[in-house]
Amino acid sequence: MSAIVSAKDVTKVYDSGFKALKGVSLDIEQGEILALLGPNGAGKTTLISVICGMVNATSGSITVGGHDIVDDFRAARSLIGLVPQELSLEPFEKVINSVTFSRGLFGKPRDDAHIERILRQLSLWDKKDARVKELSGGMKRRVLIAKALSHEPRVLFLDEPTAGVDVELRKDMWDIVRGLRADGVTIILTTHYIEEAEAIADRVGVINDGNILLVKDKADLMAQMGRKELCIELQDPIGEVPAALAAYDLVLGEDSCSLIYSYDTRGDRTGITSLLSDVAAQGLVLKDVSTSQSSLEDIFVGLVEDAT
Amino acid sequence: MNLTAIKAIYVFEMTRFFRTLLQSFISPVLSTSLYFVVFGTAIGSRIETIEGVSYGAFIVPGLIMLSVMTQSTANASFGIYFPKFIGTIYELLSAPVSYVEILIGYVGAAATKALLVGLIILATAFAFVDLNIAHPLAMVAFLVMTCFSFSLLGFIIGIWAKNFEQLQLIPLLVITPLVFLGGSFYSISMLPPAWQTITMFNPVVYLISGFRWAFFGTAEVSIGLSLFAIAIFTAVCVAVIGWIFKSGYRLKS
Repeated sequence: MSAIVSAKDVTKVYDSGFKALKGVSLDIEQGEILALLGPNGAGKTTLISVICGMVNATSGSITVGGHDIVDDFRAARSLIGLVPQELSLEPFEKVINSVTFSRGLFGKPRDDAHIERILRQLSLWDKKDARVKELSGGMKRRVLIAKALSHEPRVLFLDEPTAGVDVELRKDMWDIVRGLRADGVTIILTTHYIEEAEAIADRVGVINDGNILLVKDKADLMAQMGRKELCIELQDPIGEVPAALAAYDLVLGEDSCSLIYSYDTRGDRTGITSLLSDVAAQGLVLKDVSTSQSSLEDIFVGLVEDAT
Repeated sequence: MNLTAIKAIYVFEMTRFFRTLLQSFISPVLSTSLYFVVFGTAIGSRIETIEGVSYGAFIVPGLIMLSVMTQSTANASFGIYFPKFIGTIYELLSAPVSYVEILIGYVGAAATKALLVGLIILATAFAFVDLNIAHPLAMVAFLVMTCFSFSLLGFIIGIWAKNFEQLQLIPLLVITPLVFLGGSFYSISMLPPAWQTITMFNPVVYLISGFRWAFFGTAEVSIGLSLFAIAIFTAVCVAVIGWIFKSGYRLKS
């Protein structure tokens, strides 16, 4: 796989002096779904705005499909579809006109069949002659998605797509996203809902305070999440982990009164039963047993806190 | 050149125009008719002919220019300001279109609307006064040039404006007075000499004078000077827009 979007050392300093991006480098692979996680003001929207052409980068370079977004903006931008965070739509226009306009603006010849397909997919076909202002918030979001898909983008940016969206639309949206992915469309979505990233993304990027903190395969993150820790509290302190228990890679707790065992919940055998019987065989008296699991949220919060 | 995009913008803008028919067509026609009734018929009947032209006919070119200039400016400034105001500008900025294409789309649509209004007012004028147009082709050419140059000006205002108040500011405080004082309703030669000199600094004088020449074959300033004035005005607007696009002024941070 090759990178379809490649950002190198991108910085953005706004006129107010605010540094929204502090040297972001990011390669987005062709056909993947990348979730960008980050708190409000982390720089998610600024990064997307720079890639899409609404904001000029202060320094650094970006290519989309190998085309520089400044020198070869036509080729770069014609690959991109953007669903913005705000419900920015011409209120007095009919849904169908608004969507057809987007296709034309991207230089694509008229294709009524394609527009109809998208509108049906988004349950908007019945509303095609309605004025945008008559629609509910969720419906407006659908129109924005339809506009972005009208010109058949190869890279789709969804900026906070599920903010204030009902379950129905969320489900439809993920169906569409999966369908697009099957067609080889690369999808970048920003969110602060971790479950969302978990449910749909191939890779997860964490951005905070203008820096990308990590970009990782979701599977790796899940593996990290799949680890559980078993804490065995002992009645009496011990000096060190008994040699007979070495095979379990136990860690002695700080109070010398506990043993911590890490295991993979997805494994066939967790090894808990044998560990507990071996512990008992060592003559150690158990006071309490507890387990804990780090969630993506913990990892995320940890990363964000470490960085600040 | 992304012609499809230019067409998309143009069609989108024209749709807005036809959607707001009352506002965009009927109101200029109605207000012009009122001018004809009040100035042309009621007051005009007591005024002698000006340079051999009846007063009712004399004000026709000025009235058309008044409407065309205000309409061009208003259409073009609103056309580009509204997407900024409601946020849909994101789509223009992220589309594979150059600024020149955006400009052609918006200014083309604004100028077309103003031209249509101008022609309708001309048709309305025939209902009120006897008119013979001396140079019809030159008349249309002047009309088209005015539509485009003032639409360029409107585009600049629309980009510059940060709110609706600013959007109205220049048309209200600059364009309307210049048009009224530019000889729409009177001949410059009717003014005292000092005011005549001052008036010569008003660019609108040259446009109205040239346009009137196309109607009646006589003009207060030479037709060459009128063309020169309109060329200068257009060039200044184009230069300012060029700078706006180069710097991303109020479009892109």
